[in-house]
Amino acid sequence: MKSVKKHNLISRLTLSSLAFLFFFSINLSAQGDAAKGKKLFNANCAACHKLDKKVVGPALGGVTEKRDNAWLKAWIKDNAAFQKVDADAKEAAAFSPASMTAFPQLSDQDIDDILAFTSAPPVKKVVKATTDNVESTNKPENKDNTLTYILGAIMFVMLLMIYNLYRTVIEMKDDTKSKNLSEQLKSVCDAFKANKFLHFLLLIFFTLLGTWFVFSWLFQVGVDQGYQPIQPIKFSHKIHAGDNKIDCQYCHSSAKHSKTSGIPSANVCMNCHKNISEVAEDTKIVLDGITYGKEALDKEIQEKLYTAVGWDADKLEYTGKTQPIEWVRVHNLSNFVYYNHSQHVTVAGFKCQKCHGPVETMDEVYQFSPLTMGWCINCHKDSEIDMTENGYYKKIHEQLANKYGVEKVTEAQMGGMECGKCHY
Amino acid sequence: MASNKKYWRSVEELNENSSIVDTLKSKEFVEEIPTDDFLGDKESLEKSSTTRRDFLKYVGFSTAAATLASCEGPVKKAIPYIVKPNQVIPGVADYYATAIADGFDFANILVKVREGRPIKIEPNKEIGGSTNARVQASVLSLYDSMRLQGSTNKGASISWSDVDAKMQQILNDVKTSGKEIAFLTSTHASPSTAKVMAEFSEKFGNVRQVTYDSISESAAIDAYAAIHGSRALPSYDFSKARTIVSIGADILGDWQGGGHDAGYAASRNPSNGKMSHHIQFESNMTLSGANADLRVPVKPSKQNLVLAEIYNAIVNNVSAKDKNVVNAVKQLKKGGNGAVVVTGIQTKEAQLLALAINNKLASQVIDVTITNNKRQGNDAEVSQLIADMKSGKIGVLFMNNTNPIYTLPNSKDFVDALGKVKTTVAFSTVENETTSKVDYVLATPHFLESWGTVEMKKGEISLIQPTIQQLFDTRQFEESLLKWSGNNTAYYNYIKDTFADFGANKSFGQALHDGSFTVSSEEIDTVITNGVDLAVAYQKVSSVKENAFELQLYTKTSLGDGQQANNPWLQELPDPITRTTWDNYITMSAVDAEVLGVTNDITSNGALNGSYITLKSGKVVLEKVPVIIQPGQAKGSIGLALGYGKKEGLKDEMKVGVDAFPIYKDFLTSQNVTVELASGTHHFASVQMQNTMVGRSEDIIRTTSLTVFNTKDQHAWNPVPEVPYDHSEITVRDENADLWDTFDTSIGHHFNLSIDLNACTGCGACVVACHAENNVPVVGKKEIRNFRDMHWLRVDRYYSSNDTFEKEIEDLENLPAFESYEKVELASQENPEVAFQPVMCQHCNHAPCESVCPVAATSHGRQGQNHMAYNRCVGTRYCANNCPYKVRRFNWFDYANNDEFDFNMNDDLGKMVLNPDVVVRSRGVMEKCSMCIQMTQASILKAKKEGRPVADSEFQTACSNACSTGAMVFGDVNDAESEVSKLKEDKRMYYLLENVGTQPNVFYHVKVKNTGV
Repeated sequence: MKSVKKHNLISRLTLSSLAFLFFFSINLSAQGDAAKGKKLFNANCAACHKLDKKVVGPALGGVTEKRDNAWLKAWIKDNAAFQKVDADAKEAAAFSPASMTAFPQLSDQDIDDILAFTSAPPVKKVVKATTDNVESTNKPENKDNTLTYILGAIMFVMLLMIYNLYRTVIEMKDDTKSKNLSEQLKSVCDAFKANKFLHFLLLIFFTLLGTWFVFSWLFQVGVDQGYQPIQPIKFSHKIHAGDNKIDCQYCHSSAKHSKTSGIPSANVCMNCHKNISEVAEDTKIVLDGITYGKEALDKEIQEKLYTAVGWDADKLEYTGKTQPIEWVRVHNLSNFVYYNHSQHVTVAGFKCQKCHGPVETMDEVYQFSPLTMGWCINCHKDSEIDMTENGYYKKIHEQLANKYGVEKVTEAQMGGMECGKCHY
Repeated sequence: MASNKKYWRSVEELNENSSIVDTLKSKEFVEEIPTDDFLGDKESLEKSSTTRRDFLKYVGFSTAAATLASCEGPVKKAIPYIVKPNQVIPGVADYYATAIADGFDFANILVKVREGRPIKIEPNKEIGGSTNARVQASVLSLYDSMRLQGSTNKGASISWSDVDAKMQQILNDVKTSGKEIAFLTSTHASPSTAKVMAEFSEKFGNVRQVTYDSISESAAIDAYAAIHGSRALPSYDFSKARTIVSIGADILGDWQGGGHDAGYAASRNPSNGKMSHHIQFESNMTLSGANADLRVPVKPSKQNLVLAEIYNAIVNNVSAKDKNVVNAVKQLKKGGNGAVVVTGIQTKEAQLLALAINNKLASQVIDVTITNNKRQGNDAEVSQLIADMKSGKIGVLFMNNTNPIYTLPNSKDFVDALGKVKTTVAFSTVENETTSKVDYVLATPHFLESWGTVEMKKGEISLIQPTIQQLFDTRQFEESLLKWSGNNTAYYNYIKDTFADFGANKSFGQALHDGSFTVSSEEIDTVITNGVDLAVAYQKVSSVKENAFELQLYTKTSLGDGQQANNPWLQELPDPITRTTWDNYITMSAVDAEVLGVTNDITSNGALNGSYITLKSGKVVLEKVPVIIQPGQAKGSIGLALGYGKKEGLKDEMKVGVDAFPIYKDFLTSQNVTVELASGTHHFASVQMQNTMVGRSEDIIRTTSLTVFNTKDQHAWNPVPEVPYDHSEITVRDENADLWDTFDTSIGHHFNLSIDLNACTGCGACVVACHAENNVPVVGKKEIRNFRDMHWLRVDRYYSSNDTFEKEIEDLENLPAFESYEKVELASQENPEVAFQPVMCQHCNHAPCESVCPVAATSHGRQGQNHMAYNRCVGTRYCANNCPYKVRRFNWFDYANNDEFDFNMNDDLGKMVLNPDVVVRSRGVMEKCSMCIQMTQASILKAKKEGRPVADSEFQTACSNACSTGAMVFGDVNDAESEVSKLKEDKRMYYLLENVGTQPNVFYHVKVKNTGV
């Protein structure tokens, strides 16, 4: 819980809260536990209030200075009823056309705690967010090393041949002891020069090696694994999905219904960012080796996001002037391939990370998987279909069991390797 | 040994003191090469430190750098919504129920919308909707780049607020001047438009509304009015028919607004041993004639006599003379109340006789109480309006969705009359001949962007709703009228607010969801009023004089009245009879052609060339009309399609054909004409040159008669081909007749497509549906002529070489040795039997294409579909050569983003119709029908997501969905309950070219004709 302002603007408020200390020490009646208060505040109040800033409701930092404790308690518990008996309350209600929810469930002690928090938020060292708890569910698959082994074997055989040749030459000449090392080398050289067959073998070897290099280069053309474009907004999946544990499909909501996972429309961002206009004090993200801190990141929200959706942060209203965000597409599947997210997310029940990698640790998203056909096919070969839960497979499952005694099938066996299933 | 011979290069060398020879000794050229001239500034060149070598280095480097840089993929942008509409999920299609009512075509439809853009039109089957080719193609007309994008006043664009101000002033002026306000509109058949017009009339008074159909049914409406008192058309339900006698009525075409094919096909199902008997008297070969059990080629004038004789025989019990009429009368009497007589003769008298006959027959097929509103035009009022315009009675003329300058036979008259009207206003979606001649052109939205109501049949009102934001600065006709009448409600609100007045059987929301609602209506008196003197009508009909050449005008299934002429899908849709695209032409009988010297030649590359003729009717002369010699055309008659030869608002490629409207005098579809041969040769673009099956109808289209079907064993009329094995005959379905290994297809889905040749009328709606669903490119006239058409689905048409296919087989069997096959190769010109057969990839279980592909680009799926991986194809075309059905299509060019093919895939607007689930194929790959695998996969995925088995009705292909007669049924044969698996067990089932052993997954049903009655 690092980057959200309301949780730890605290440190910034440390100095200002010192000023309240004196007031606090004498105001015994309003004593509360600020730590508890923080929890309660986040649970009940934070949707509409901030400490230092007007949002839907007024800023609550230092509210105890403005109103007395009893007034506040009466207001919080049932402001509508209180307005009828209290002129001040009526005046306070004029702050916004939206009336405040009543909180009869809060006890006096709860309210004291909250008020204590609003006056003097406890200073707490921000725990550095770690990614230890987020496990990568998938690792890049092992490279196929067969070709390397074959080449190694060929090298070994050739060395062996050279050695044999050398020995033969020496044996034939029968002058092993008479020559020193340089002479020996020279004789090897001469023997090599004279041996046309060896030249031929070497030629073949280098041709094969060259072909291998050319082919491996050609095969990576169009494979953009690791592609990490610069996005128009310094949006960090690490902060959102990692630190704040927002579910992938909260934003990418079409993934379960549609072929596309859907880039969230900006109104989805505003579900949270209407209230969250700045990041926490020491939030940092690293993009392309450059570290961006709070100042830069706040600008991303306040300037880029708010401009895009047309949100006037001062008046707290939409201006109607919008500016679409042009994201750069990271995963570009060729258009002759039909891929459907819902098939994999809803039917197969895969985690997004299976293909997209540990997105929750990425400040800047990159293409984790190669997105090659071989990669698709390998997964289709390995993935077993759970036929027990889904009603669609009931009949097929029965037929397979009766006819072939098969209990489990992989996606490939179900036709997941047929061309036309993905190419049409 | 050295030779003393002296070699010299020119005579100059013989001249001893030649300076030229001296110079050439030391230099290559005699004169200095003027390099400075073309290199330019010599000084700066000398100063420059860049040598030629350096230059080459730079060129080399930059070329290499550019090549390397191009290895990197382009950066692709993704732009999400700012605020996503709740009902839109990107990648998931929404369907909206709406209706088309463009004045010519009326249908209840479902519109498939992807990310806010309509991409496909489907029939709204739940409320009995059916679509023809034009309705299917109308979605592309929405994205017509030649549409009106805003309003204009005398060519200058004008804003809507200015229009309103001007109109307010004009209308008030007209009101004070006492002149009339006239409306000339197409058939609206819309109760809410009528209401809006009534409000307008109330405000301004002195308003006249004239309905004008470009293809008139006014005679039939007048006849109905004479008998029943109100102007309307009766409706026909051919599913109840036992005997149908049609005299020049193309009941499977656009006769009386079309849409009769589903009922017709229902009466033609022989399963329970009975089917209707259809006799067609006609001059042109129409779809109806091709499907009839008995077709009698008769000249238009003689059709009158046939009708008169039938009338006399049925109503007055006077026995007929003509043997065909005698037979028709016999059949009509046999049909009892299931008999019906329909006629397409466009005279009031003829239509009166037909109504009288049906009344006498007590026909249940015709329903005079539930009227058909698809045509409401009144020819007399149109003529009156033109006369009044000329005499200056009309102050302002509003035209909506009509193009009289193109469609009126006397359009010059109309143009003159327009000049006499102070203000002329045309509401139009497209630019056309009329919009170029009026003062104000007000752009209206396409029907897919509009609100509205339409009452096609009395008591059933369909709602029209928009399926996309208006693409251009357009406003609906009704909205403008409301505004000018001082009512500022939007037309949508107007419909919603007045919805309660209809007394509908459901709520507005429900009606919008379903597409239609019903209202109760008062009964019409079915009794014939005594005022009609049928004897006079009979007298008039029976005394029609014959002319040497009579022209029968008709509309094509593709272009209709020509309002969608800028639609490349329709232009490229082959005519079901002539199989010719991108043209209209004279159809002429072989006898007449020979007399006139008209020829049809097939060139060395197989394409068709034809002669031109000059056509004269009174003062109207049509020059250079190409001729196709049409088997079955009545002698002394010729046919010509309306709707072609448009010039305004069309891309150059679409400006094809001859405008036949000038010859459509008095809105009579038959005209007396004279013809003479003209010089020149016309190049046709036909897709089928092979006209007969050469006696192989058993392998291709199996036909039999109802009597044989009812009385004989299946083996007699639908035998399975046999092959010798182990000294005995076995059928090709026997496993011993099979060379190949098969894999088990009994688990999971196994898709089959059933095509009932009895129900298929050849209408071609499936072809356009396939275009829309599968992003099939349009190739243009020139490429069609090269036989490079891309249709994945074709509807083959075959003529018999003798009178029937049966006789053709006999001819082949009795062909003497060494005799040419010409006898069975050439179509019978007199009156051949006709059969249609939709052919698409047959998805063979033992596919010949699969085994020859060198790169395994085409392979078989477990679900029975033959897959084609375009990205794997290297374009050897071996598969196409090995396909016995010739259904594979090769992409000779890039048809998308190519100025050479300036059709919908070449502009941004037209591309919006592309189906995002199907790839647009590139040059050099083979493509073919995929059995709409994207649709079957989507149905399966939907079921998987919902955790349930797939319902039978969910499996559809574009063609089966578009088929209004139910000829195509698609489904899973592993599901014993499915319709298709029952059809597969039917005794009429057979495979195309089954003896080849390909084991197709498409099967056909033997065509049964009710001939032997």
